[in-house]
Amino acid sequence: MPFIPHTDQDVQKMLAVIGVDSIDALFDEIPPQLRAKPLVGIPEGLSEMAMMRMMSDRAEQDAGALCFIGAGAYEHHIPAAVWDIASRGEFLTAYTPYQAEASQGTLQVIYEYQSMICQLTGLDVANASLYDGASGLAEAVLMAVRANRKSKSRKVLLAASLHPLYRKVVGSVVGNQQIELEDLPVNEASLSLNLEALESFVGQDYAALVIQQPNFLGSIEDVHALTDWAQANGMLVIGVVNPTALALLAPPGEWGRNGADIAVGEGQPLGLPLASGGPYFGFLSCKQKLVRQMPGRIIGRTEDLEGNEGFTLTLQAREQHIRRSKATSNICTNQGLAVTAATIYLSLLGNKGLTKVAQASHQNAHVLAKKLTSVDGVKLRSSTAFFHEFVIELPLDVGVVLERMAEQNVLAGFDLSSFDAADLKNCLLVCVTEVKTKTDLDVFVSALKRALEQEDAQC
Amino acid sequence: MLIFDKGVKGRYARAQVTDVADVELELPAELLRSKAAQLPEVSELQVVRHFTNLSRKNFSIDTQFYPLGSCTMKYNPRGAHRAASLPGFLSRHPLAPESHSQGYLSCIYGLQEILKEVTGMAGISLSPMAGAQGEFAGVAMIKAYHDGRNDFARTEIIVPEAAHGTNPATAVMCGYKVKEVPIHADGDLDIDALTAAVGPQTAGIMMTNPSTCGVFERQVELIAKIVHEAGGLLYYDGANLNAILGTVRPGDMGFDVLHMNLHKTFATPHGGGGPGSGPVAVSERLQPYLPTPIVGVRDESDVPEYMWLDEQELPDSIGRLSTFMGNAGVLLRAYVYAVLLGKEGLHRVGEYSTLNANYLAKLMSNAGFELAYKDRRATHEFIVTLRQQSKELGVTAMDFAKRLLDYGYHAPTTYFPLLVPECFLIEPTETEAIDELEGFVDAMKAIQKEAETAAEMVKGAPFTQPVRRLDDVKAARELDVAYPAVSRD
Repeated sequence: MPFIPHTDQDVQKMLAVIGVDSIDALFDEIPPQLRAKPLVGIPEGLSEMAMMRMMSDRAEQDAGALCFIGAGAYEHHIPAAVWDIASRGEFLTAYTPYQAEASQGTLQVIYEYQSMICQLTGLDVANASLYDGASGLAEAVLMAVRANRKSKSRKVLLAASLHPLYRKVVGSVVGNQQIELEDLPVNEASLSLNLEALESFVGQDYAALVIQQPNFLGSIEDVHALTDWAQANGMLVIGVVNPTALALLAPPGEWGRNGADIAVGEGQPLGLPLASGGPYFGFLSCKQKLVRQMPGRIIGRTEDLEGNEGFTLTLQAREQHIRRSKATSNICTNQGLAVTAATIYLSLLGNKGLTKVAQASHQNAHVLAKKLTSVDGVKLRSSTAFFHEFVIELPLDVGVVLERMAEQNVLAGFDLSSFDAADLKNCLLVCVTEVKTKTDLDVFVSALKRALEQEDAQC
Repeated sequence: MLIFDKGVKGRYARAQVTDVADVELELPAELLRSKAAQLPEVSELQVVRHFTNLSRKNFSIDTQFYPLGSCTMKYNPRGAHRAASLPGFLSRHPLAPESHSQGYLSCIYGLQEILKEVTGMAGISLSPMAGAQGEFAGVAMIKAYHDGRNDFARTEIIVPEAAHGTNPATAVMCGYKVKEVPIHADGDLDIDALTAAVGPQTAGIMMTNPSTCGVFERQVELIAKIVHEAGGLLYYDGANLNAILGTVRPGDMGFDVLHMNLHKTFATPHGGGGPGSGPVAVSERLQPYLPTPIVGVRDESDVPEYMWLDEQELPDSIGRLSTFMGNAGVLLRAYVYAVLLGKEGLHRVGEYSTLNANYLAKLMSNAGFELAYKDRRATHEFIVTLRQQSKELGVTAMDFAKRLLDYGYHAPTTYFPLLVPECFLIEPTETEAIDELEGFVDAMKAIQKEAETAAEMVKGAPFTQPVRRLDDVKAARELDVAYPAVSRD
């Protein structure tokens, strides 16, 4: 019986004190017809050693490929100290800091995290995190609809250059609340938002505009023009941003004349492993005046009764455990451990380290892009500036090329052929970060060449 | 002291700086940052020391007994943490092709099968990232089911008054009105009130069983019949699944949809408030609506081939709830936990958590503490009310909670459920040994004595923690949620 410490004597003593003769008797209030039959479909338990052998074999099956897929999850170097410290039992096995005096560690970490997110995004206040980037955006959309005092509209304008999976998640979450989502189109040539199309959206009432920077296709958007236009037309602006890129790019707080109103994004690049998609965390920050419309937990700095500095959950009157059906969201947890890792990561890197990560990723991506355009039949799909992810057009079907490269253990990128918002047949989204060496880039190029030549051989 | 205050201009952790030449960025100048982010400027040792010391200011399962009711703070096996942290799992990109994902997918498929078996449900999706998101998925499926039958008159979700706050908040997020139904003094639902509440406007009911009162709802089959006959569906909030794991299956009680909290019942670490994981399982009629993606199997032969099932295969799905597939690492830990326990071990979870709770309840009662439902059998948790202490001594449940910290015990859940005055919701879990339970009772007895003789002292607790009681009013009024607190308005 793994993890149950009871000896037979313990059990006998406990039953005697309770006054029953068997553990089974403790279930005497449950109607007998409801009692379950043995769990036949579940195997016998394993020892830790046997389990580790099985899990190691399975983990090994998936290991070893050179990965150039980005599309919302990015491979960065994670300093050894990040998870060594985040995995300390005191962080790992604590719960929600409801008893503030016994949770000052977690509370201070989250306060420091909130501060760092405000610095990165250039906004005033941040919450303690949401589940991930896409669900964070869904919460930001709900928040903007609640918070926009100038507009009663329940329509929200989404950049068509937004991550398609974010678009889907927002749709699933807000769909039942009569919020309509409309698309701001992409310019087919530049793979960024079509500023000429803005005119046709004037005069319609929207609560908010969602812009992603860099956008899903890697392109840099003209966020200043978009922000000014949206705010002039009564919308709140939600910026979906990559935190690594923020070391270089203008933060949402500096967009346009007045800054974006809400920033949200995927926190994974800040010290979290790819790990099949989670746990990651969604960060969310906003202007001071919107703080009471924020979803999720918020940690505040205060004093104890002797005047010493301390940290506590605050503005809880927005939350479900107090407001029940009138809460700003049903969200209960944050991603505490993921945020702990990110806070350690940002402390270790500092602005200098994060900037270098961003620069190295940017440079490596440009080196690979240039190498690829020298391959016969391959071209860069647009000339718009990009950060560390870009679109190439191939002379054949992307699915075929990806499969052939995967056979050479190179995962070449994200297949864009079914992307809705632009015609990207035969197009591939490729990401390069600071972890890739010159050799890695050469491996990519030769794997691609081989994949393309294979076709020639068949002709 | 904050990490920011420990910095010195120009200091940095040199091993963490990527080697890159300062070359011209190929980015438009007007879209670059105008001023640098003020992040800490500290050495690697300073970082390690700062966060190690912060960790020591936390209570945790690894350091203390943590009987937080409804949260199931049981031992989180280190083996599960180690296995989920294997390099092959950590380096797998969420969009990696199936050819490079069979190891991971086999674990997820295995977990799906185990969870269906222990809940008695027909289908499952592991993608919700927390209990509250699982609730959202469940209620959204109920809505999709009624909408799919062109039954648009169902606008209400019924919730017992003792329900978790997430239940009514979730119903509203799905576009429903909430109708609360009272419970009887014995902890069971008021059937007359339920009968009066249901009708053609009823979309469903959200229930926790055992309830938040720490007792098993004995009329669950009758409730299922009443709600089903009215055309509504039954939602099972799996917050308390630990109590009945291996003993009763929600599917057998008549529930149509449920979520589980893997961070409770399947022992994954709570991480200071997350990540959690809240899979949803359903009966046959709700299967088409499950959130995507799900793992399927192409060939059950010797070498099964696992695959993703997404919106092509599940066109009626309520959709995607996370960018990729939920909190994958939490799912791996839960799988490992189930693999370690096996069928025998899983069966005993409900038994021994119930044994521990009943023993602790009996000791508390013998020590003179008032049980809120003294004529009922405790489940995996139970409620003590300190209303006498509050009334006669002026010492509240909050005071007892804070004083417990001085004795080295994390406080139980306080002031929930809201309908029991001055309450403690106490959940010891099956992984605590008898001596730990007895130590907790001794501490409570000692505090009781202090309350009788030195009430003011108890009201000033805690004394041994990094801080004394905090000023929550100041925290909300003079809001300081980021350093440096610069306002840009």
